[in-house]
Amino acid sequence: MFKVSKKLALVLCLVLLSSIFLTACGGSKTEEPKVEEPAKVEEPAAKALQVGIVLSTGGKGDKSFNDAAIAGLEKAKKELGIEYKDIEPREMAQDEESLRFLAEQGMDLVIGVGFLMEEPLRNVALEFPNTKFAIIDAVVDEPNVASLVFKEHEGSFLAGSLAALMSESNTVGFVGGMKIPLIEKFQAGYEHGVEYINETEGKDVKVVSAYAGTTGAAFNDPATGKELTLSHISKGSDVIYHASGGTGQGVFEAASEKGKIAIGVDSNQNWMYPGTILASMLKRVDVAVFNTVKSVLDDNFAGGLSVFGVDNDGVGLTDLENVSDLEKSGVDNDQAKIDQMQELKNSIPAEVRTKLEDIKKKIISGEIVVREE
Amino acid sequence: MRKEDIYKNIKELLVPVGAIALGLLVGAIIILMIGGNPIEAYKALFIGAFGDKNKIANTLARSTPLIFSGLAVAFAFRCGLFNIGVEGQMFVGALAAAYVGANVTGLPKVIHLPLTVISAMLAGGLWAAVPGVLKAKRGVHEVINTIMMNFISYALIAFLVTDVLRAPGQTPRTVGILPSAQLARLSELVNWSNSRLNTGFLIGLAACAVIYYLLWKTTVGYEVRSVGLSPMAAEYGGINSNQKIILAMVISGALGGLAGAERILGFDRALILGFSPGFGFEGIAVALLGRNHPVGVLLGALLFGALSNGGAWMNFSTDVPVDLIVVLQAVIIFFVAADQIVRRLFPKKKKDWGVV
Repeated sequence: MFKVSKKLALVLCLVLLSSIFLTACGGSKTEEPKVEEPAKVEEPAAKALQVGIVLSTGGKGDKSFNDAAIAGLEKAKKELGIEYKDIEPREMAQDEESLRFLAEQGMDLVIGVGFLMEEPLRNVALEFPNTKFAIIDAVVDEPNVASLVFKEHEGSFLAGSLAALMSESNTVGFVGGMKIPLIEKFQAGYEHGVEYINETEGKDVKVVSAYAGTTGAAFNDPATGKELTLSHISKGSDVIYHASGGTGQGVFEAASEKGKIAIGVDSNQNWMYPGTILASMLKRVDVAVFNTVKSVLDDNFAGGLSVFGVDNDGVGLTDLENVSDLEKSGVDNDQAKIDQMQELKNSIPAEVRTKLEDIKKKIISGEIVVREE
Repeated sequence: MRKEDIYKNIKELLVPVGAIALGLLVGAIIILMIGGNPIEAYKALFIGAFGDKNKIANTLARSTPLIFSGLAVAFAFRCGLFNIGVEGQMFVGALAAAYVGANVTGLPKVIHLPLTVISAMLAGGLWAAVPGVLKAKRGVHEVINTIMMNFISYALIAFLVTDVLRAPGQTPRTVGILPSAQLARLSELVNWSNSRLNTGFLIGLAACAVIYYLLWKTTVGYEVRSVGLSPMAAEYGGINSNQKIILAMVISGALGGLAGAERILGFDRALILGFSPGFGFEGIAVALLGRNHPVGVLLGALLFGALSNGGAWMNFSTDVPVDLIVVLQAVIIFFVAADQIVRRLFPKKKKDWGVV
């Protein structure tokens, strides 16, 4: 008998523990409706546009691709009064479920970030023909999907031209993330830019290239990025461009340690290592996202392909002359760091800037056709 | 069942259930600390995992690979082996399934599908046999070897999928599995579902039953467990320990290969690089939580699948970040591993201390 009661005590202990836990939580629940009520009154008046976004793995805080998409939505929230919800899938296999989930919630627009979303987004877009979708960096040929792609090669051409014009050692480097056609587009444009300067300026600049890996992890591998950059520098590179997401941190670190120059990518990264990053090749994911949201709001959303290139400022270099407000706020308005950035920008001769403007015009007019591979 | 057996089973359940309760409690404190509402968060977690038929299906789909990987770890553990290499065995199994499932043509489904599944099991089993043989013949520790074999399999799969077997397109993936080798998805069987839950789940349930039968109802299972408890004593009792070690590793690896086969043939229908968020390693946690028993493994896999899928909903409908799921899993495992904490909180008689 004693044995049984002992066991009973154990079970009771468990029940007690869970009941403490439940009542503790129950207490906070009674307060809940009071907080929510005023918010619910406001809702029907506003009836904001609902946007759902599924970020690529890496998620928020990558200081590059995902953050740019979120920045676009934040801007839309502020200026257009929309509401958005984001999902950061922890694993690739949840992409499809996450997209479907947002569509089921009755979102007006569902955005998928990154080329890995291509197949999942196609499946879900077919299931929800009345929901609007957008995908970044991939093409999904369905009437209710807007495919937002970028001419990364054009922006990289400008980066390559800048690197070749600034190089004193006549060797420049490229560090890619994952070896896929998308990133090879960056490399092709960069190399083409260098070749163009070699032809027109009579220089003889070489390009050394390397990739961090073959899986998604290659976009978040600063240690490898640093090793590759150090190896580029040992081969004589004095300007290094990267297209490798978070791996770029290592690129900047190595360049900064060795006193070389780096070129950032996707977002404005110039403030991350003041005095090291000469410029960044912007890929205006934020603009693309904002414009798409606006088109839904203005009721002129159109499925199909939207291409962002140098001509519509979808890609391009950061300001080469003055330190921008964004760069200032990036370093918390630290004057010493702002001076460092300004000093680096001052090292770009005025004639280099005019040459780059010239190249930009030639790309827009079609006089220069940048190769993609 | 005899009375003592019932008590024993309750005792077995005590540590995992207590650990889950403590884990949720610690999770609740963390949610409170970051300014969230634990009951709302847990409600969202539950709804996300079991809210409707499709969510339940998706939870089962997420659990399926964990059933296999958990069984793989548990089986090896019953023989006293700590197989950290399930992830790698799963990769080579996936590779075999992707190759045979896409490139062997002209076979009817009744032959092609079993052939593909068996080739995945063979690949996983052979991959695990290497550390098994090294352990049995040379005494090289299996923990080191299985970890090393993982790295080899990462490199192998990355090379083969990006360069040799690659299908056209941005994503590094192999060409699709032929219909004759596909495991049927729920979405293809019923109208209401869009889930990628597939018949691999049933194979998982069958695997649980088979492993239970093998371990407790056959001579081989008895021998394997004897070696696990004491190789020397087993040897003295006339059991060939070395042979059992190799056998246990091969069966463990074959189960790992099955985990890969289910993903490739049913869930993804192609080998997409990065398809596993670490199922093999989660399997270690699942086996630990399930006390290395097939039924426990099944329940542990369901819990982890539910946490993972419910987390996405929680992330959406509350402000609690999805990373909390990882914290919950870690805390639960912590309390299972540090089972003395749980046992002290629920004390019992001294003489029971020896029983695990």
